[in-house]
Amino acid sequence: MTVDTRLCVACKACVLACKAENAVPDGFCRDWLVEETRGEFPDLHAQNRSERCNHCSEPPCVDACPTGASHVAGGGAVLVTHDKCTGCKACIAACPYDARYVHPQGWVDKCTFCLHRARRGEKPACVSVCPTFCLEFGDLADPDSDVSRRLRERRYKVLHPETGCGPNVYFLE
Amino acid sequence: MTGNLEVVTTRHNAAIDPVLSAWGWEIPVYLFLGGLVAGLLILGALYELLHPDRPRSRALRAMPFAALGLLSLGMLALFLDLAHKLHVYRFYLAFRWTSPMSWGSWILLLVYPVGFLHGLGSLDPAQRETLLARRALAPFLRPLLRWADGARRAVLKASVVAGVGLGLYTGLLLGTLAARPQWNTAVLGPLFLASGLSTGAAFLLFFRLDEREHGFVVRWDVGAIVLELLLLGAMLLGFAAGDRSAQHALYHLLGGPWTSAFWSLVVFAGLLVPLAMELLGRRRRLPLAALAPALILAGGFALRWILLAAGQASSFREFP
Repeated sequence: MTVDTRLCVACKACVLACKAENAVPDGFCRDWLVEETRGEFPDLHAQNRSERCNHCSEPPCVDACPTGASHVAGGGAVLVTHDKCTGCKACIAACPYDARYVHPQGWVDKCTFCLHRARRGEKPACVSVCPTFCLEFGDLADPDSDVSRRLRERRYKVLHPETGCGPNVYFLE
Repeated sequence: MTGNLEVVTTRHNAAIDPVLSAWGWEIPVYLFLGGLVAGLLILGALYELLHPDRPRSRALRAMPFAALGLLSLGMLALFLDLAHKLHVYRFYLAFRWTSPMSWGSWILLLVYPVGFLHGLGSLDPAQRETLLARRALAPFLRPLLRWADGARRAVLKASVVAGVGLGLYTGLLLGTLAARPQWNTAVLGPLFLASGLSTGAAFLLFFRLDEREHGFVVRWDVGAIVLELLLLGAMLLGFAAGDRSAQHALYHLLGGPWTSAFWSLVVFAGLLVPLAMELLGRRRRLPLAALAPALILAGGFALRWILLAAGQASSFREFP
């Protein structure tokens, strides 16, 4: 997934779309907005980011899970099988992005990249409602996909590359 | 771009924001009891392995059973922490070698039979007679007793191995979670094992041991406390030599919110004072014999409580 931080206006449509699409319980969110301001006035630099699970290539949450509930699905999305989850919270402590939470029903919940929509050929709910088209979702292994093209054309960063997890949400700058 | 940094986020997930608090009192209680049980099994087995001809007190003979009782309390705390309790059986439908919690689940399952056989073989003839007098138990206990006696040294060695595994894993459980810089140190495994040995020894000192057993336990306790102090020093040095996230972990214990609790409860009252009492007590027979072990137990619990809380508060989000 790519997030164009130059287009994001932090309108939170992505957050609401996700909550509605995935019936995210009150008081929780699978994606969220971060508004970051750096520098000294008047030399300021602001960045808006729509953040979520980074669906890491080396996911520490999957390594920490004692039951195999946390796993990497086909295509690279990191998912939680509710039936296998004991709610031990090891994955929550293992995630450097704090992208997981305990669902009120007991299992651990997180962004799924809306795989149920992707299987129907649709984009994730957050991507589909973004009014500035700052979000893009696709196959990074396909050099002709929109996300691959954006990464070729733009400067980008990932969050906390020092963790070595290989995050797969890219922030275009 | 350098200078100030302001971050505003819309995320407000319960137990995640503003500071991770996913694990509550249950986890330090379990880590404490797990370490204590590891110490009891190791010390009880080592005493018999090293001094097979010495008589043993009733307290030491019964200790493996007390250890299993304490471990069950710890596992009850773990169970209470699960958000999806009905799925607890899932731990035993998988073995995930990358997950210390999975290793721990299976180690716990190993500790019970090993500890039980350790305890059975420790019983004196009178205690055995009392048990075998119960008709319902005798058919099961008689062959088990025969087996526990026949393979006594193997059982004792297995008890040491299971205890070391249990003590190490309680530290590695946290130490492998690289997302929390406070825990991201290889020292935690041996540190919790040393602390487990020390708290196990302290627990034993509350009971009526004979003179030689008492000397053995105090010697091991002194060794474990010295080792624990060295490992704590190594942990702090490791943080000091690390990157900015490690520096922040150091700050938590040197100037930050857990400084006074860590240095007063763990280092001073939990290690240095009882160490001095045990070293002096051997020559001068200080009164308040129960004070040193009580301080060690409180210090061991404080160590786990503080490291768990500080670890949950240590995160990469401090450095956007």
